[in-house]
This record gives sequence, C-alpha cells and structure tokens, in this order.
Amino acid sequence: MFKRIAFSVNAKAFNFEVDIRESLLEMLRRLGYTGTKKGCGVGECGACSVLIDGMPFDSCLYLAVWADGKQITTIEGVAAKNGELSVVQKAFVDEGAVQCGFCTPGLVLTTTALVESGQDYTRDELKRELSGHLCRCTGYQSILKAAEISLQEHSCSCVDSPHHKQPAAKIEER
Amino acid sequence: MTNFMGNNSSLRDRFMNKSGDGGKEMAYTVVGKSVRKVDAVAKVTGKAMYTDDFFERDMLVGKILHSPYAHALITTIDVSRAKALPGVEAVLTYKDLPRISYATSLPGMIGADLDDNEDLERIKIGTAGHPYSLDPAHRDVEDRHILTKKARFVGDAIAAVVATDDLIAEKALKLIDVKYEVLEALTSTKAALREGAPLIHEGCEGNILASGGFTIGDVEEAFKESDHIFEGEYETSIVQHCHLENQTSYAYQDPDGRIVIVTSTQIPQIVRRIVAQALGIPWGRVRVIKPFVGGGFGNKQDVCIEPLNAAMTLAVGGRPVKIELAREECMIDTRTRHAFQFKIKTGINQDGKINGIHISAISNTGAYASHGHSIASSAGGKFRFLYPTKALKFDPITVYTNLPVAGAMRAYGCPQLFYAFESHLEDIAKRLDMDPIEIRSKNLVEVGYVDPISKTKVMSCGIRECIEKGKALIKWDKKKALYREQSGEKLRGLGMACFSYSSGTYPVALELAGARIVLNQDGSIQLQIGATDTGQGSDTALGQMVAEVLSLPMDMVHVLSTQDTDISPFDTGCYASRQTYVSGMAVEKAALEVKGKILSFAASMTDIPVDRLDLLEQKIVYKHSGESVLTLEQVAMQSYYDRVLAKPITSDVSNNARINAIPFGVTFAEVEVDIKTGKIKVLEIYNVHDSGTIVNPKMAEGQVQGGVSMGIGYALSEQLLFDEVTGKPLNNNLLDYKLPTMMDMPDIGVAFVETHESTGPFGVKSLGEPPTITPAPAIRNAVLDATGVAFNRLPMNPQRVFEGLKEAGLI
Amino acid sequence: MYDISGYYEAETVAEATALLAKNPNLRLIAGGTDVLIKMHSGQIADAELLSLRKIKSLNTIRKAEDGTIVIGAMATFTKVFNDPILREMIPILTEAAISMGGPQIRNIATIGGNVCNGATSADSASSLFALNAQLKLEGHQGERLVPIRKFYLGPGKVALQPGEILTEILIAPDDYQGFGGQYIKFAMREAMDIATLAVAVVCKLQAKTFAEVRIGLGVAGPTPLRCLEAEEYAKGQEISAQTVAEIGKLAVNSAKARTSWRASKDYREHLVEELVQRALKKAIVNAGGEELV
Repeated sequence: MFKRIAFSVNAKAFNFEVDIRESLLEMLRRLGYTGTKKGCGVGECGACSVLIDGMPFDSCLYLAVWADGKQITTIEGVAAKNGELSVVQKAFVDEGAVQCGFCTPGLVLTTTALVESGQDYTRDELKRELSGHLCRCTGYQSILKAAEISLQEHSCSCVDSPHHKQPAAKIEER
Repeated sequence: MTNFMGNNSSLRDRFMNKSGDGGKEMAYTVVGKSVRKVDAVAKVTGKAMYTDDFFERDMLVGKILHSPYAHALITTIDVSRAKALPGVEAVLTYKDLPRISYATSLPGMIGADLDDNEDLERIKIGTAGHPYSLDPAHRDVEDRHILTKKARFVGDAIAAVVATDDLIAEKALKLIDVKYEVLEALTSTKAALREGAPLIHEGCEGNILASGGFTIGDVEEAFKESDHIFEGEYETSIVQHCHLENQTSYAYQDPDGRIVIVTSTQIPQIVRRIVAQALGIPWGRVRVIKPFVGGGFGNKQDVCIEPLNAAMTLAVGGRPVKIELAREECMIDTRTRHAFQFKIKTGINQDGKINGIHISAISNTGAYASHGHSIASSAGGKFRFLYPTKALKFDPITVYTNLPVAGAMRAYGCPQLFYAFESHLEDIAKRLDMDPIEIRSKNLVEVGYVDPISKTKVMSCGIRECIEKGKALIKWDKKKALYREQSGEKLRGLGMACFSYSSGTYPVALELAGARIVLNQDGSIQLQIGATDTGQGSDTALGQMVAEVLSLPMDMVHVLSTQDTDISPFDTGCYASRQTYVSGMAVEKAALEVKGKILSFAASMTDIPVDRLDLLEQKIVYKHSGESVLTLEQVAMQSYYDRVLAKPITSDVSNNARINAIPFGVTFAEVEVDIKTGKIKVLEIYNVHDSGTIVNPKMAEGQVQGGVSMGIGYALSEQLLFDEVTGKPLNNNLLDYKLPTMMDMPDIGVAFVETHESTGPFGVKSLGEPPTITPAPAIRNAVLDATGVAFNRLPMNPQRVFEGLKEAGLI
Repeated sequence: MYDISGYYEAETVAEATALLAKNPNLRLIAGGTDVLIKMHSGQIADAELLSLRKIKSLNTIRKAEDGTIVIGAMATFTKVFNDPILREMIPILTEAAISMGGPQIRNIATIGGNVCNGATSADSASSLFALNAQLKLEGHQGERLVPIRKFYLGPGKVALQPGEILTEILIAPDDYQGFGGQYIKFAMREAMDIATLAVAVVCKLQAKTFAEVRIGLGVAGPTPLRCLEAEEYAKGQEISAQTVAEIGKLAVNSAKARTSWRASKDYREHLVEELVQRALKKAIVNAGGEELV
C-alpha cells in the first residue's frame, strides 16, 4: 500500500507516494540521505535522529507517511550551502567529539536544535537533552564539550548572525 | 637485530633533541600536536560512507535463521515452503555448504545439494582475526560451519534466506520447517565441566577448548618463603562491544566471478583469507573492501557474517546481497567478552613485597572457539610486566558452553585479569593495613626488566609517575583523611588500580604492516596503509608521522581511509593496540624512503650532494643553513614530467616488527555509595597513561575517555544475561543492556606521562585498548574503601550492591 | 520495513471511532513508540493501523473552569513536561514525563499511548495513580469515564473496549489542590531506561498531621498500584520520621513485587520501603511542611 505525501528535506521539496511500511529512516536513506544512521531500529540509540520541524526525532520509529507536511533536516542539511561548517559541526571537529562517527550525525542535529531553540541550558540540562544518543567511543566528554561550546558560540554571536536567537524564523526558513 | 626502525638513526637524531637522560625528547612539529582528525569533517557532514551507505543495483537482502535452542541437533530441515514464497531468491542450510573434498573447485558449489550424511566433511572454519600461521599448530581452532546442523547456542545460524526485501526474507525464515532433537543446554562453565556433561563439540573432551598458561619460578617455594598467604576469588560478567554500527556487509561477484565483499571490519585481509577458506576457493578470488567503520572494539576483529554473505551471493548467481544484523542479532550472534572466574593465591612479605602469585582461571568462551584459545594466555602475558615476582603461575582453562560466542574485546582478557588481581592486591593491602599505593609501589616493574617468557624488555616505564600524577589529581591524601570519619546514607571512598599491556602481539604472532606513499605533482602526498581506522584515529596518527618525516602540513597529507585487499598494502588490521606502534613503523619507513628519494631527485636537479640537502616546510634546503634550494613542488613536477629523469616518487614498504613495547597506566576513582539503594555513583575518575609519545593529545584523550566509559559500564551496569535453563538471552538490546548514557558519565580526567619508547616510531607505545582495563578495579576498590565491603563480582549493579551490603549488615 | 498491511488516518475523534466501529481489527497508533517496537520484535504482525496523529483536539492540555486538569491523550511527554499548568499544579507528572526515555522519544511518545500500552513500568502511571486520574474513553456509541486504577487489568491489559479510544486524562481539583508531591524513578541508568521502581507520592497536610497521603507505585507489581494500607494509616498521623518510616513499611504490603532478571523481589520491596519514605519526605516539604531531619 502506498500513500502520497509532500514534505521537504533540507529545504528540497518532495511529493511522491511512499510505501506505508517504510520508516522515515528507510525513506531518507533510500533518497540518498545516508548520513542518517541505523543503530538499533527501536529508538534506543539515537543514531538515526533527524530534525522534524526543528525538533529531534528517532527516524527509525517514525513512519515515512508521517512526514507529510513536515520540514525535515538531515545531517546533509546542516552545513552552509557553500560547504562551510556550522558552529555545531565546527565545535564537534575542534573538540575531538568525533571518533567512529556513527553517532555523530544525530548528535550534531540534536545539538543544532538546542542551539536554534535559543534557550539556555545548564550543564545537567544539556546532558539530559543529549542523553537520547548512545556513543561507545568517546565517553561523551568531548561531545558535551562541543555542545557547550556550540551554545556559547551561539549566545556570543552578534544579533545579525544567522544563528542568533531566531528559532521561529529559522524553522520557517527550513 | 630487527628491522623495526630501518636505518634511520641519523635522520631520527635530527628530529629529536636528546637530553641525554634517555627519557625526555624532543621537538616534533606535527607529532605531538592535536591536529584535526582527518575524517572529522566527513563525519560531521554525513559524507563519510559506511558499508550500508553504498548502493548496488538489484541489492537483495540476506537474513539468518537463528536457533531457538541452546543445544540441539537438527533432525530435519525443510525449506520448500520458504523457497516457494514469492520474492525469495535462495534458501541455504548446512546442506548447501561446500565440502572439504570439493575445496579446490571454483564458486558454484553452493546449492550442490548432496547427500547430507556427508555432513562431517563440510568445511569448518576458525573465525578469529589472527594472521595466518604457516605452522599448523599455531592456527586458530577451526570448529565452525557457516550454517550448522548442530545448534550450540540460542542464536546459532541454522539457515539463511536471500529475498528481494527484508519483510519477505523474514517471512521466509518463519516458513523454514526445522525439527530439533533438543540436548541439555550447558549454560555455565560449571555445567560444561561436570563429569559426563554432553560434548558441545565432538572430540573436545570435557568441553575444554584450551588450557595452558605458564609458570615462572616455583610458586610453592615462594609461598613457603612468604610471611603471609592470601587467597581470593573474583568473577566477571559477559559484556558486549555495542559499537554503534552493527555488523553489516554486502557481497557480489564481479564480472570475472571473483567475490567482492564490502564489510564493516577491522581486518580486511583476514576476512579475505577466511572467506576463501570457508568456501574452499583460492584466496585471490576474494576481494574485501573496508569503508568507514562505526566502531569495532574487537568484535570486528572476527569474521562473523562475511562467509555466509559470500555463500549467499553465490547462491543467487553473484547478485549483490546485503546482510545487516539487527541490534538484537548483533548482541548474541557476533561476539561477547569472556566471563572469567579467578582464584588467586599470593605469598607476600610483611613489608609488602610479593614473592609468588598463583592465578587459576576459568574462561567461558561460549559455543565456538573464536579467540577463546588465546585470550586467557594473552592476558597473562600482558600481566607479567606489572609486578615481576620470583614466582608466577598462571593456569587458565577455557571452556565451551552453550552461550553466545566470546571473542576479542578491547584489551583482550586484561579487564578481567586486572580486575581480579588489582582487587586481590587491594584486599591484601587492607589486611596488611598498608596504603594501596604503597603496596603497589613495592612491587612495580623497573626499566630494563626482561620477561623470561617473551624475552620482551621494558625499555620505558612511567608507571610511578602515572601514580603520582593520578594521586595528585584526585587529591588522594586529603580525601582519604576526610573520608576516614564518615557516616550517613551516602559513603564516599577512593580506589586505584594499575595495568600493563603490550603494543601488538609479538612474539606470539606476526606483526606485519604495510605502507605506500605517492608524491603528487603539487608536493602533497597520498598515504595508503593496510592498517584500518575504525574510529580511533589511526589514519590521523599515521598521517601525522608522515607529515613529520616529510615536514609537511597535514593538509598536504591525504590519507586513504578505505582498505581494499586488491589495492591496500598488506597489514593484518586493527587489533592489539598495534597500529600506531607497528603500522607506524611501516609508515615511518615509507616516509623516510620517500624523503630519501626526494632529496636524491633534488640532488640530480641541482648537483648539490644529497647529504647536504634536507626537506623543510615543503622546500629543499641546504642542511647547514636552511637556505632554500628548490620547492618540493618543483621536485615533484620534475619527477613526473622531466623528459629524461621522470620517475614519480613513491614508496611501498612492509615492516615486520619483531619487537614489543609495554605501556602502563593507572585509574584513580572516587565513588559515593547510596547504602540504602545500593547505587554507586562515580564522582571523579582519572586515567593516567604512559603510552610513550602521545602523537595527538586531543585524540588520545578521547580514546582514553571512551575506554574509561566502557570500563565504568563494565564496573557498574553492563552484563548480558541468559536464562539459566534454556540459555535464551534476556537483554540483547540497548534498552535492557545498560550501556551508560551521557547522564551516567562523570567527568573523566585524563593525563599522560610521556616516556620515550626507543623501539617505537617517534617514541610511541600503544594506547587504544588500555584505558578500559582498570576503571572497574579502581571503582571496586573505591567502593571497598567507602563501605568496607569487597565486591568480587562484576558488575556492581544496585541489586548486587544491595545484596552485598545486606550480607555485611549495612542494610 | 514494518509489517503493516493497511494504514488509515482520522482527523477527528468521531472519524476515528467510526473507522474503528467499521473495522475492529484496526490497531490504534499514537506516537508509535510502543506499537512500532512491538512490530520490530514480531509481537505485532500484518497490522492495519489507525493513526490518531492528525486529531488536533487530542493534543491540548488545559485547566477546565472547575479546576479539572484535562490532558489530551495525544500530548507528548515533551509537551507534558513543558506545560506551565502541569508544572505548577502537578509537577509529579511533569517529573515523570521528563524521566521517560530520551528527548527524541519524549518528542513523539504520547501520554495516552503510555497508559494504553498497559505496562507497569509506564512512566506516567505511578503519578496518574497517585493523582486519582480519570480516563475518558470514547467509542462510536458514546463515552465513559474510568478511574485509572480500574483501567489497568494486567500486564499489557487495559479496560479499553473494542472500538474505544482514550481521549482525555482528567485530574479533579480535589485530587491535586493543596497537595504537595514527589516523583522518584529508580532505574539503572539516568536516561533511556525503564524503572526498577517508580514512586509517586502526594500528600496534604493539616497542621502537624497528614490529612491525606496517596502513593502510586510502578513496577512494584504486574500493574501500577496504590498503597492503600499505608495511605489509610497515614490519615491523621503526626508528621514525623517515625510515621514516614511506618508508611514506608506499610507500602510494602501493597506491593506485589516478584523476582525477575531485572531485580529480586527482596530488593524491590526494600526499594519500595526506602523510596516511599524519600518521596514522602520531599512531598511534605512541597506541601508546605517542614523538612524532617
């Protein structure tokens, strides 16, 4: 059984029939967004996280048909169009938050959502917001550091920065 | 003498500012710097391609039927209903697998459904990721069929389906009719060792896969000379690697009929060999490609799915077939860490000097050998370097049981052995009323120690400095005094534990590594290595070594992260923390060769004697003045396009490292125990390592933090559980298997004591595995300090701690 | 892929109940974090799904004029946690909500789905039990209210009749106004875990005595449960460490813990006694009482 849906991935519009049996994860990977990783298939590891209307979701536990009308951001959509890394990506690179890289796309996306929410987080809150991502390589230290730096960068950035606290506009844009 | 460094002493001297005390080195420009990990950008942008990210037209899906019984014979297996399901392309059982007598024939034997009475003749394989040995006595134990007629654990591969999609494949699995004769499930070593227990493998008497350890001196004599004898028993649990990327591979036949396998592995060359062996075909007819790998930790130092994947593609005429294990499958039908039970007896003098140690161990290897025959002895070999004693006896036995297969996992038996011994030593210190640090200091190894068995000499040792550093970081003395008088529901304590390890497997196994360098027209280079980066950062570390020798910035060093057995230089792969040390030797050698060629070429261009030239910051310079003569780019262009002299500059070297180096380190931990709930909280934890020169401090720190978190999980929460009667797994998923989350992790402190290891490239020793060895005993010792209760069984989860505290009368 | 043979969506409750009435085989799906996981493990196969995700009316959280708190069944755990009304009025529910899974799961899992899944470990359940929540069930023929304690029938079994949908969770003013509460989830991990024991306590104080104490437990038996004996005892007792200790002890009498590979009966009962006390001590402070030392 198929169902027609319209949605966007990284601001690119799609409109086609999807297999009702497919997860969003499977659909995205089939479309070539293979930066979205599968680690467990049941929402226990967070590797498949994508942003849906700006919020992180496990795409493995999300039916493709539910994407109808949604704006999806995958890891491929985080860097600027000219290839420049985002503040979050740069922090992950600089802080050594990347080892095998399999959890990285999901963590970069969730951190991006936190940055773009415009909210402030305590260290404990930040840990809680990132706790839906398992990582076996890093012990999470450098990831937490990268996230903290991302949020600092964000609040330090000038008002005319595209990353400055304009969450609604940002989501709208996507 | 061995050729581990090549003839490069003069060149090495130039890079090192020897201080004369044999220790402090040196000013490298790239080695020792936290340069950016070479694949970091690819990974933060989602561009890094892992096995499942490649698309092949017409890709089929392979799925495995796992045994529901821990121990059973298949009496009948009927695949006709499965085969009839539309979308099913092939169904395989043991009957379809190649036989030894057909071993030299070309692909095509799959599906040659011959009389199943000949089952014994079918090819058996050993799956451990060790280099091949020309000596049959040193080869891995071959005890496994790709698909089995006798199930030996719940999850054993019985049959396989190839279908057009995953749902059809799964439906087909349900349509395979199997009748089993269920046998007694031996779910513990005790059951397997029981007299008259059924044999898990025919011909393996007593279900003992391996015994044999070693003896140094006479322990009984040593005990007689000792003021005190202490004995203790310790037990560790079965845990799993939990790399984020499950085992995934796909296989197809190329137009020449060769089998190509793209797989998430640490050991492409060994996968190639074992697949060929499993199918009975020439090794050259298999090609293995390793793209980016989402973590391995030893579980991908084993050949789990590739032989079956190869069989699947052969069964469908060479069409591409993918196997992607689900997490639940990965956790039971790949590998686990061996659970050990230890009995330790130590003879010690009143002053804390150990005279003799006798360690007995029973290791549970599960249903098949995998690495089981070598892990216990390997761990013993690494342990010998920490506290050399007059007498040491180590007699492990490794036992088959009807549980999932244990194999290699980060630090290869050492987390088990060091947990046991460092707990034991702590108990001794407590009984002798000695400070835990003091008792260790009395027994630690010194530089110059030669292990009587391996003959490996300790050339560098910073364990004492590591302890001093860790002690200061955790404020040992201050907190020890503070916690002496405490009461209430939450008690705090401090603990520590030390380790020794090795850098590669020499002299037990071959340590061959290959490297190839090509100088490009623009003066940049390509580095190709057979060593595999599975996330730890070896590509970057090895790239830094080349940059150092050739005086290049990192952006002029292009490291090819993919290994392809058709293309990459030969290297046995990622295990035993060998690559920075062993593959580093090959890389350094290749870089020095390229450097020599560059200077020779420059000499031919300039008529300046080659020994007056040097390479500095992409220029050919006069050695004496540093004055620039040519740019590296000019030399490179000439090397490609000079109408007479053109000869591109490359090197392609192999290095057989017949040497080893011993890294050391320590964990210090501070815990708080909630004595009403049994929950242990790690408040502070520090790992201090002597791994020789640290090539990339930031990456090294990350490596240590990851290892420590794995160690904390091992200490407090992780264990794979099985029903004692049926052997069924109880928690083979990431919800019920308690891998720590970010919220469970304390801050992990990391420090290094940089000795200079004269046998290693740039003074390095290994670092990859060691961080995971000592967190568990350090935490255990801290809990002992806090509560007075000795927890001699891992993990120390709240249930166990509750039981222990209750027994001790604290609850 | 998930083994789904049909997929339907409703935009109103009436549409959903009509579809259900027509095809009783339809399986309701809300956030999907239970249903899809059961499909993954093969517990549900060949399913025809009726999605409630497009029913906007089920998504709201509000306080009715009479003070009743009305939580739409499709409110996600993230929404529950962030809701200012719930945070102020019944923080034991928002604390329970934030303890559930991880952020990605909380962003999609719904409180209604959590309840209808029927698990004793449902993170919202012990709080809803302590709050005397009422469940509004709507069917093609009409609607009814069921107290949550009557809704849980056994492990994975709830009192949802064929054709019915849980639409709202109601908490009456008498059940929360003037109460202080505390929620404790005890699990092996601080995130992404199911509880070894969940304790939700509310209490109302009168001078130096307990006017009322209600204790909800999760994972202390096959379903979430209340500690009625302890609650009965507490009424009118002086607020003291001794009383609290007695309440903790009596709470164990209501628990129906058993030994499983996750934890032993002995340990769970010990936790009931200990954590009920811990929660109650905090609840006293949250109800305006003095901290017991």
